[in-house]
Amino acid sequence: MNKDVWVFIEQRNGKPADVSFELLSKGRKLAENLHGELKAVVIGSNVKSLAEETFRFGASEALVIDHPALEHFRTIPYSRVLIELVESHKPRIVLFGASVIGRDLAPRVASHTKSGLTADCTDLQISTVKYLKKDYEDLLLQIRPAFGGNIIATIITPEVEVQMATVREGVMRLEPLPQAVKGKITNIPYLQNEFDEVIKIIEQHRQENKVNLKGASIIVSGGYGMGSKANFKLIHDLASLIGGEVAGSRAAVDAGFVTADRQVGQTGVTVRPKLYIACGISGAIQHRAGMKESNKIIAINTDPDAPIFGIAHYGVVGDAAQIIPMFINVFKQKLR
Amino acid sequence: MHSIVLVKQVPDTANISGQVMKEDGTVNRAKLPAIFNHEDRVALELALQIKDKLGGKVTAITMGPPRASDVLRECLFMGADEAVLISDRKFAGADTLATSYVLSEAIKKIGDYDFVFAGRQAIDGDTAQVGPQTAEKLGIPQITYTEEILEIKENSVKIKRKIDGGYEILESALPVLITVLKDASFPRPYKAKRIMAYKNARTLIELEKLTEGNSLLYIDQLKEEYQSKKLYIQTLTMDDLKLDEARCGVHGSPTKVHKIESVVLAGGNHEMIAPDKAGMSILIDKLMEDHILG
Repeated sequence: MNKDVWVFIEQRNGKPADVSFELLSKGRKLAENLHGELKAVVIGSNVKSLAEETFRFGASEALVIDHPALEHFRTIPYSRVLIELVESHKPRIVLFGASVIGRDLAPRVASHTKSGLTADCTDLQISTVKYLKKDYEDLLLQIRPAFGGNIIATIITPEVEVQMATVREGVMRLEPLPQAVKGKITNIPYLQNEFDEVIKIIEQHRQENKVNLKGASIIVSGGYGMGSKANFKLIHDLASLIGGEVAGSRAAVDAGFVTADRQVGQTGVTVRPKLYIACGISGAIQHRAGMKESNKIIAINTDPDAPIFGIAHYGVVGDAAQIIPMFINVFKQKLR
Repeated sequence: MHSIVLVKQVPDTANISGQVMKEDGTVNRAKLPAIFNHEDRVALELALQIKDKLGGKVTAITMGPPRASDVLRECLFMGADEAVLISDRKFAGADTLATSYVLSEAIKKIGDYDFVFAGRQAIDGDTAQVGPQTAEKLGIPQITYTEEILEIKENSVKIKRKIDGGYEILESALPVLITVLKDASFPRPYKAKRIMAYKNARTLIELEKLTEGNSLLYIDQLKEEYQSKKLYIQTLTMDDLKLDEARCGVHGSPTKVHKIESVVLAGGNHEMIAPDKAGMSILIDKLMEDHILG
């Protein structure tokens, strides 16, 4: 059986997505465990230099489909190209970013190739597994919180050749090699097909992400426990005072306190700042998955049994709407 | 225009209380309130708007256990013309691949459609996979993450959809499968008149229940009676759809749950800080000592 690990390299206007290199970093370890090769699949237009970048993350081969018609992601041609590649090579694992593109593309490929696919994994491991009294060697363990975060499920796909998973940006660490490996570029011709043109892109508007949560060294984050949008302003006040970025839990985003691009957690951004202040956040597993590796965590919550305290370094039991102004006052005094 | 809308009854995972969790850490699904997945409701709203503007028909379908008929009645309250329950014990344990197989075969049987709508994802799994997988099996294009339908022509649709860091406008030929984001529209309230009319709509399974222990009721007659009153919710089983059993339910699902762990809360190793000024002073000093602040 083929033991290769493939990573779909996502590009937007020719620029690679961070998540793809993060997945190469993880994929390299998975490939080592499997004694297989790490390969990058690059689809786009003028993507040769992009393909070479993957060698810096350990890809030993880049499968490149380079054609002007593939400049921008479109579901049908991209999935068709990838389906053909997967069917002819049968890699053991294919990883996708859980971005809009990855979540559009991966299920289509999995459907056609009848592969297993697990969305939004928070960890991936290789292990031999006993399932229904049968031993399966070197399966991909696809680990993700499930059911509103009340459980952590390990998913396996024992009976299929190709195991697929999507992972959010920031979940895996970006680990470039000190020196790029000597990789091989394999060009694969693109044969146009009429059905590829069934959807046309009329316009595209993209802004560089203004919010940089991933790079922030201090994050002040608010949850549903802030109570109101007015109270949530305190999060902004504190963040601007101590030079931090504002973030929120999914509940705070759903309540309209903060925009979705600032959501920390399994379905948002994963962060590892020096300081994370969680205000009025109970700490569901999905949220903790996105911030538990922060260097120092301060939890402020009215409920002393809130799970957030389980991973906090400092805990304050109280109403964040009252604690934050106190913190701000004391801090201002000390700065004088 | 004929739109088929995929809807799902989901456990209300946002409101899980203590009694829902079993002692071994697994979830007691029976204790969870079942609700209409919100993004699917938005999908139905978009389909109804097309019908309002251009005429045609809206068919709501769901795959699920017998009690999923509740969401189908809600679809009828909202304005769907027809509702179809796809239910069979053999569908139990289906992952997204097996689900999309069943749904795509049901859609083929219903046939003659211009649009298939669905929510982007369901809150119990958040996978967003069933829509694209169904489109693939139908051999039709898909537009996911829809924010707005801009224009519909006889053979095409123009849609604004979210992309990473922005949006794009796509034009697709019909038929097409569209998955929608929650802000794409605001679902209309139920009309009292429709609630009165359709609260008695029943699936075949529910009618069979009525006949149990009642020798005066015959299922075929009952079904005919409900059909004539337009209160029959079409009910399809694996055999009705002539499905391959190996591709349904747990057998047709490549993904298996290997292990489930309840979320163990690590004992609090944290340092307690008093919720007052003195406490804040201590906390800030510590952060300054560590060169995190100041």
